[in-house]
Amino acid sequence: MSAQAGSTAGSTAGSTAGSTEESTGRLEARPTAQAGAAAGQGLRVDGDRSALATIRHGLSLTPEFRKGLLGTLALAVVATVGKIIVPIAVQQTIDTGLKTGTPDIPYIVRAVLICAAAVVLTALAAYVMNVRLYKATESSLATLRVRGFRHVHDLSVLTQNSERRGALVSRVTNDVDQISTFMQWGGLMIIVSLGQLFVASVLMFVYSWQLTLLVWVCFIPLMIALPRFQRLLSRAYTAVRERTGDMLAAVSESVVGATVIRAYASERRTAERVDTAVDANKAAQVRAQTIVGFVFPLTEIVAAVAIAGIVLLGVRLGLSHDITAGRLVAFLFLVTLFVSPLQTATEVLNEAQNAVAGWRRILGVLDTPPDVADPGERGAELPRGPISVAFEDVEFAYPGGAPVLRGVNVEIPPRSRVAVVGETGSGKTTFAKLLTRLMDPVAGRVTVDGYDLRDVRFSSLRERIVMVPQDGFLFDGTLEENIRYGKPSATRDEIRLALTELGLADWLEGLPAGLETPVGQRGESLSAGERQLVALARAYLADPDLLLLDEATSAVDPATEVRLARALEGVTRGRTAVSIAHRLSTAENADEVLVFDAGRLVQRGPHAELVKEPGVYADLHASWVSAARS
Amino acid sequence: MASKVTSAVMRQGLRVLGVAIRTEKAVFASAVVASALYGGMTVASAWALGWATQNVVLPAFATGRVVAGTVWTGVLFIVGTALLKALGVAGRRILAGVMQYRMQARSRREVTKQYLRLPLSWHHRHPTGQLLSNASSDAEAAWAPLAPLPMAVGVVVMLVTAAVAILFTDVMLALVGFLIFPAIAVLNLVYQRRLSPLATRAQQLRAEVSEIAHESFDGALVVKTLGREALETERFRRRAHELRDANIAVGRVRGLFDPMLEALPTLGVLAVLAMGAVRLSGGSIDSGDLVQVAYLFTLLAFPIRALGWVLAELPRSVVGWERVRAVLEATGSMDYGEARAESAAPAALEVRGVSYAYGEGDTAAPVLHDVTFDVPAGRTVALVGPTGSGKSTLVQLLVRLVDPGSGRVLLDGTDLRELAYGETAAAAALVPQQTFLFDDTVRGNVALGLEVSDEDVWAALRLAQADGFVASLGSGLDTRIGERGASLSGGQRQRLALARAVVRRPRLLILDDATSSVDPQVEAKILYGLRDAAEQATVVVVAYRMATIALADEVVYLDRGRVVDRGTHEELLGRCEGYRNLVTAYEREEAERAAIDVPASGGEVAAGEAEEEEVSA
Repeated sequence: MSAQAGSTAGSTAGSTAGSTEESTGRLEARPTAQAGAAAGQGLRVDGDRSALATIRHGLSLTPEFRKGLLGTLALAVVATVGKIIVPIAVQQTIDTGLKTGTPDIPYIVRAVLICAAAVVLTALAAYVMNVRLYKATESSLATLRVRGFRHVHDLSVLTQNSERRGALVSRVTNDVDQISTFMQWGGLMIIVSLGQLFVASVLMFVYSWQLTLLVWVCFIPLMIALPRFQRLLSRAYTAVRERTGDMLAAVSESVVGATVIRAYASERRTAERVDTAVDANKAAQVRAQTIVGFVFPLTEIVAAVAIAGIVLLGVRLGLSHDITAGRLVAFLFLVTLFVSPLQTATEVLNEAQNAVAGWRRILGVLDTPPDVADPGERGAELPRGPISVAFEDVEFAYPGGAPVLRGVNVEIPPRSRVAVVGETGSGKTTFAKLLTRLMDPVAGRVTVDGYDLRDVRFSSLRERIVMVPQDGFLFDGTLEENIRYGKPSATRDEIRLALTELGLADWLEGLPAGLETPVGQRGESLSAGERQLVALARAYLADPDLLLLDEATSAVDPATEVRLARALEGVTRGRTAVSIAHRLSTAENADEVLVFDAGRLVQRGPHAELVKEPGVYADLHASWVSAARS
Repeated sequence: MASKVTSAVMRQGLRVLGVAIRTEKAVFASAVVASALYGGMTVASAWALGWATQNVVLPAFATGRVVAGTVWTGVLFIVGTALLKALGVAGRRILAGVMQYRMQARSRREVTKQYLRLPLSWHHRHPTGQLLSNASSDAEAAWAPLAPLPMAVGVVVMLVTAAVAILFTDVMLALVGFLIFPAIAVLNLVYQRRLSPLATRAQQLRAEVSEIAHESFDGALVVKTLGREALETERFRRRAHELRDANIAVGRVRGLFDPMLEALPTLGVLAVLAMGAVRLSGGSIDSGDLVQVAYLFTLLAFPIRALGWVLAELPRSVVGWERVRAVLEATGSMDYGEARAESAAPAALEVRGVSYAYGEGDTAAPVLHDVTFDVPAGRTVALVGPTGSGKSTLVQLLVRLVDPGSGRVLLDGTDLRELAYGETAAAAALVPQQTFLFDDTVRGNVALGLEVSDEDVWAALRLAQADGFVASLGSGLDTRIGERGASLSGGQRQRLALARAVVRRPRLLILDDATSSVDPQVEAKILYGLRDAAEQATVVVVAYRMATIALADEVVYLDRGRVVDRGTHEELLGRCEGYRNLVTAYEREEAERAAIDVPASGGEVAAGEAEEEEVSA
């Protein structure tokens, strides 16, 4: 419940605040050197929102993460401070314990014990921090995942189709994983590393400001250069991802296209395509690895130069009694604290960039308003029963396109059987999508029992109007599970009865495993015609007041099709049935035929009348008759 | 499933690594040399620091004088070892990458080669998703341990060198090291054993979450039209929450062991300081030695975990490799004979007692029983039968995509199994029911590797009624049509697939309901065009529509995998009830309706019937 409210609030806030946050985000991103690097990347990639604003907006959607974050950060500080224990211990040992010729053993032991206790405390803090962090991030990201998933389903068909399905899947899988990797490791690394650099610098400054300056002078050029290397690396990784995509596409052709490849003996050609893609992928991977290989050890060299500098300058400072021997040696240890944050910096920055990109992509989904939205609580709940539908001056155009449907005025009375015909591109499928509210008209309105479709709750609408699409998509499972999808509470007997009523009992008996028959992924173990039979049974079981068939039996043999049509007619008496079909047999049996041509409803009336008038329908019918019967 | 680091998994894992090492001997050897350099120089850098402390820093503080020569020697030592170490690190990383990626690429090429070599019946037995992950994630997992492997080898060198160095410095300090480092190693082992089953489970759940999202988004239209969004979200939520819990379980183990692994070396350094102070007071070591050993501990703390990384990847690697190997070792290739089928004349096809079943043994689902019929050269035969009667399976046998369980298919009198590779494909072209297009240009998809002129491609497109829309595409024949032809409509895809077949001028053309998504008017044009152009070919066509059947000289009527009857359309209409029911379904339907509707509009119906009589005659 609260998640639902948060989603709508978040998306409206996001869309209005987007422009203002952009400018403030830019300003805020600059001052912090580390975060600024990531933000700069983000701005370059996509100017919609700065990296900081993206993260802030993203975090606002995941309250689980913010809860207790301060405590976790406090623990992180404790864990970080623990890192300077060793240099302090070394300094104390050399300066106090070894000051005189004979070591002060009790002092050293005491110092070591205190330090050991601190180490244990640090480890404990790190453990608690880790567990808290994992719990918080995983819970918040699971919420984000589920919310993103739901939102994808809430988007209109048009929006869904504008993206590749695989890309939508990434939004709730890889993109979220990238955020989680960053939050559990990279983000923490940035905080810990900055803390480490800060704490080390403070201690170094206490020991000797001259040497601190020296260390910073050595490392600053590297810190400036690293974001550049990171950009280089990030481009290389992008190339790897692209080549990996190509490679997977090439490999999948050899599997999905197995039939065609064998039928045309094009194995060698396919193998060459795969080899090229695999090698390109390998080359991109090696290139990225080479960049990493050269950048990573740079830190070691800089550290060595810093250490050598410390020795050179340190002994001179020592001569003028500006530093003690222990402090000088402690410095050598402190430099190692600079090494690890910088060594991982390119990787962490890269991760940060991926995480921001991941945030952007998933927020991109959540911020996309469903343009065909469920009115929800505000919407009308219509009683079940005979249904009447009307189109009033309806026009539809795809965004930025010319109208594909214009001036449609039609009423479908209760209990009627309507056939919708026309050539490909005539607008009949658009008509179907408007009728089922998969899309909304750009002008005019579609009403059901007098209510504008836009004011009817989805739960009520989808119960009353069900469409059976052409492709007969099935879920991986058994026949029974797929049919039950139409009515989750249906018993096995009800499912059998539905199949019997549709005249499909014979077909079911012919299947070796009956209702237990596995249909395979997307139903691919069944033939195209059989998939359509299952899809039809599924919709039939849902028992809507209006059943819309969009070429739903195009791959079924004529005898079965006729049987189905009759069965549907018998059992849908009292219900409305709208069919879109190439095969005009459907039209011949309808109470009324709606003929579409070039986006307009050009003819309507019973078949017997239309076929006698010269016009679009008579032409369509003539060519259908010659094709179907010769 | 190997998900735990057991000794068996260790052994198998090492064998997998052995395969990689044998295959990439030179790269591995170079990587190990680089890594050894890195290992040795890590120890040397600690030694250089110790040397500098003892010979430069402390004397300077003690005497108040700096000897220029020793200072510069110290600087040279420190910078020199760092440079060599950096070289080692770069070499190790790059070469490890080269080795890993080469092995991955090799597995992927080999696996795909198998996919292309293995018969279609093998493909039928393996889900698409599984085959794709064999070539992608399994090939990746199999060679994942190669990334940290050279480093692990370097670490071993490092540890041995360090042990020797410390032993030479002081036995008691060495004792501290011999306690701490094995402890780290054991902790690592325990860590990975605890972690890997949890990580494997999380990985598995991640795949399942992805599968649900994939399926659900693929079926988005069905979800929407039936209003099942909440049900789907619940299905996804359950698995996403399982994944969350699995990830938190992983986090608990990581959260526990990571700080311990970090604390142990630090405690080691402290122990060295305490022990060192004692030894120093005894005069066994000097301050430089102490600094050197302490520094060495700090340096070793991180790399030693590389041993754990290799270990961590092993179970996944073993599973991945076994799956890859299962593909590579799959047998049942399609054997080819030596015979040629060279001829320019239309082919003659004979089908003799053919049976076929999907699956084997108890789960076998027979779809064809003792199918026999002839298609004489130059003739057109229609295969007609109800939904699910085995027509699509039969056409696959006709072009030898699969071999019959029993019986024979003969092309010009030669068993298809005796023909050499490529001969069947050169003579016969199948247009399958499900169109498949490559992510390639229009030309690439039509020619499919065949050397043909653009004129021939256009001629084929014209015959398939596809020239119009191809010409209107941005770059004509050079237009890329995207993954699986996503930018085209179903009917357009079918027409391209048809052009692909006719451009080859096959001697036997087989159409498996290949125009189902095409508008009837366009379909009629295609069929008439084919009839005029197909004089050079024998044609087998799977059809429901009368127009298509009318092109045929003979009809073979199939039901439940058996040939029920053969003959001309008229003969079958006369004597075969099933056939009559099927092909006249629409007319009978209309006639019956007309009979019912008589009282309402008697005259009109009579007129309509007369009209139809005329057309069908």
